[in-house]
Amino acid sequence: MTPPLDIATVAIVDEPLPPPQTPFRRFVSDFMESPLAVASLIVFSITVLIAVFAPWLSPQNPYDLMQLDIMNGKVPPGTEDIEGVMVFWLGTDDQGRDLLSGIFYGLRISLFVGVASAFISLLIGGAAGLFSAYMGGRWDVFLMRIVDLQLSFPAILIALILLAVLGQGIDKVIIALVVTQWAYYARTVRGSALVERGKEYIEAAHCLALGTRRIIFYHLLPNCLPPLIVIVTMRVAYAVMLEATLSFLGIGLPITEPSLGLLIANGFEYMLSGYYWISFFPGVALLITIVSINLVGDHLRDILNPRLQR
Amino acid sequence: MTVFLIRRFSQSLAVLLVMSLLVFVGVYAIGDPVELLVSAEADQFERARVIADLGLDKPLWEQYGYFLLQSFKGDLGTSFVFNQPALLLILERMPATLEIAFAAVILSIVIGIPLGMIAGLRPHAWYSRTIMSVSILGFSLPTFWVGLMMIMVFAVILGWLPASGRGDTVDLFGVPVSFLTWDGLTHLLLPAVNLALFKVSLVIRLTRAGMRENMLMDYVKFAYAKGLSHARVIFVHVLKNILVPVVTVVGLELGNVIAFAVVTESIFAWPGMGKLLIDSIYRLDRPIVVAYLLITVVMFIVINFIVDVLYSVLDPRVRLESKS
Amino acid sequence: MNANTPTLEVRNLKTHFHTKAGVVKAVDDVSFTVGRGEVLGLVGESGSGKTVTGFSVMGLVDPPGRIVDGSILFNGSDLAKLPDSQWRHIRGSKIAMIFQDPMMTLNPVLRIDTQMVEAIRAHDKNVNREEAHRRCVESLGQVGIPSPEERLKAYPHQFSGGMRQRVAIAIALLNKPDLIIADEPTTALDVTIQAQILYEAQKLARETGTALIWITHDLTVVAGLADRICVMYAGRIVEEGKVEEVLDQPMHPYTRGLIGSVPSRNKRGTALYQIPGMTPSLIRLPKGCAFRDRCQRAQEECAAEAPAISYPAPGRAIRCIYPYVGDSR
Repeated sequence: MTPPLDIATVAIVDEPLPPPQTPFRRFVSDFMESPLAVASLIVFSITVLIAVFAPWLSPQNPYDLMQLDIMNGKVPPGTEDIEGVMVFWLGTDDQGRDLLSGIFYGLRISLFVGVASAFISLLIGGAAGLFSAYMGGRWDVFLMRIVDLQLSFPAILIALILLAVLGQGIDKVIIALVVTQWAYYARTVRGSALVERGKEYIEAAHCLALGTRRIIFYHLLPNCLPPLIVIVTMRVAYAVMLEATLSFLGIGLPITEPSLGLLIANGFEYMLSGYYWISFFPGVALLITIVSINLVGDHLRDILNPRLQR
Repeated sequence: MTVFLIRRFSQSLAVLLVMSLLVFVGVYAIGDPVELLVSAEADQFERARVIADLGLDKPLWEQYGYFLLQSFKGDLGTSFVFNQPALLLILERMPATLEIAFAAVILSIVIGIPLGMIAGLRPHAWYSRTIMSVSILGFSLPTFWVGLMMIMVFAVILGWLPASGRGDTVDLFGVPVSFLTWDGLTHLLLPAVNLALFKVSLVIRLTRAGMRENMLMDYVKFAYAKGLSHARVIFVHVLKNILVPVVTVVGLELGNVIAFAVVTESIFAWPGMGKLLIDSIYRLDRPIVVAYLLITVVMFIVINFIVDVLYSVLDPRVRLESKS
Repeated sequence: MNANTPTLEVRNLKTHFHTKAGVVKAVDDVSFTVGRGEVLGLVGESGSGKTVTGFSVMGLVDPPGRIVDGSILFNGSDLAKLPDSQWRHIRGSKIAMIFQDPMMTLNPVLRIDTQMVEAIRAHDKNVNREEAHRRCVESLGQVGIPSPEERLKAYPHQFSGGMRQRVAIAIALLNKPDLIIADEPTTALDVTIQAQILYEAQKLARETGTALIWITHDLTVVAGLADRICVMYAGRIVEEGKVEEVLDQPMHPYTRGLIGSVPSRNKRGTALYQIPGMTPSLIRLPKGCAFRDRCQRAQEECAAEAPAISYPAPGRAIRCIYPYVGDSR
């Protein structure tokens, strides 16, 4: 036995018990412990608000051609527009489009694709994982083989090939993201469901002759939540990044759905001539979004991990 | 060991068969193979010829057999654009991709393991926290955007490094490589760092986790009790235990790196097979896409196989299990 | 150093852990001596501080713990004042340690010979390969490992638990230490193997003059092995003396309780004796005697102040205000 363990076992005994807390309360107070995570959550909430209210927050509608003036093209950040009506805080792109507005609208599309694909993957993968864990036996082996096989191939490759076959489009990008992500959810849900299934309260539920559906949804699922929350946050971040990458490569979203990745790609050709802002600012927006989600997820993983005794 | 090798090899073959079936189903059953494999510009006569060539008028299982046979013979179709065998086109560009992939993997190990060890040894020190925060940044940064920024800083503003291409190459065993010439090396640096970024973070995290776990183990305490120096305990005892999982993961990630090279190659105009794939998707040069898919599947299976074998060499416990 | 200097003399050792929750006094004012060829049994429940005592002597207390006071006189010189770089040269050469779980103490990815040779070369760089090899073989033979030549090339997982513990002991013996600290080395082993190892340990101490500190929670192990015994409770030694004296005439109520709860000493069919209550938290130890809440003889005075050490007989020490005196059980 090592000394720190000795101390731990001793120290736990007859400590005054903290006041009783609901799991949710404790979760919140644990989360508040990290200022970085709280700040990230605030930043992420702001990006979500911006995405939702983009049409009302943006100085202009960047896709209303009537509002654009080619004379304003490629002006640096902080320039006034030629009529002196508004200021392009982040400059404009080659079409004279206000980048700040472009970013707000792009955020909307990027986050929508990320969240929608994560949600659908969660439904499909979660169902497959629960089914696999609950049925066990051959079904389990079969499903998990598929999951393993798929996870041994990188997401970007699968997405690339799918989009090469399917073509561009927001629906097709979401399909591709779902295909690449469902397996993560399936494996996570199956893993925690198996652990929970072996516990006594599930046996007790069986003994009470509760219906299968009731056991799955009222007993198994809630207890799979902690790892699921962590994986959802991390996966949303990854989905946003993957979508941006695919769009940047020109095989994701079409020009009519300008996500952040497309904005960056659009600025690429002008960057070598010194118009750095066209690619730079959308990239910063993308970066802030992904980093804030990941920091929240990272902290969630720390506080929800049962192995790190807290 | 031989039993282990044979068993592992037959598993690989099974995966290969399954994957070929999937590719076949994807191309022939779900998609319209005529549209996928016949150029859009082809006339009626050309179409009929290709359909007969590929046996698309025959039953599906027969088509699959034919597809397997042709693939096995190395005939993966002909590029519409280049009018050359797709396989040849891809193999020509493979060394360039492998070069940045290996450079990135080596970089991520050389940078990641020392940083991860530092962060694991003193998890609460300010520099460890800094390393960990930067590593979160590392896997949050979109690779393609970082690539652009690197071009902007090092090529456009500072003008230190070239922004695109492979530079001068020399032949090494008949394969052109960049890293042996100064010019090639300067061309290699930016793409390799760009591609390594994600993996550096991964290696840092793996190493740190392994370090923290292992430092608490009794064997470390026992090693200290023998009077060994810190250096010996950390660099021989702990490092060797950490290397096993890290090497395994990094090896498995090699495939991922090759896949992600698609992005890096597009940005830095690196003439590898990833860039060929993107170009072919643009040009609707489908035979190349299908061939790329099949070749990467084979590469992945080979990589997984090699990593498994390496793993058993590194870890004496696994080695023995397979023997008995 | 003269012939009368004990191998190890620990005086007023205090090892404390400074945690967020408070200071944990894992070892608090502990003193004992071990002479050449002597076997000292250090007995206590888990959490009593016996393991930390062992690690303190090795200089291997993990942060946030550290030795805050006291001296560790080894062959007359104080280890507690040594910088770690010099302490390292004593670890493994003059003082060796054997750990509890043999499955965990050997590095799984290094061969036995690597792990043995490095222990020799850490203390004497001049030993050449053949010499080191010869000493490894000799040491393995000494602890009863068959065909040591071949076994040197093996990895730890190729040995059984008992064999691994023998290898660990062989490593401890490599540099012919003056003192071996054994931290529950037989707890994880089968009873038969346990007996063999105990026999060999005792033989070793007698024949080579190596001093031995045997840390255990098991009184029956100590009874047959040790010359003297220290009983620890909540970081303090509450009773010390020759093994037969302490076991036959325990004076501290805690020692009595421990002896009473050994199964073989109870009559068949009667319920096993159990000390009421549990080990206290070391963070907020109450003033006074740490055992008083569980003690049948506790009086008001016990709460006032921690009992000082008294010496009821030569070689006998005790920390209790109301000890059992004179009545043999």
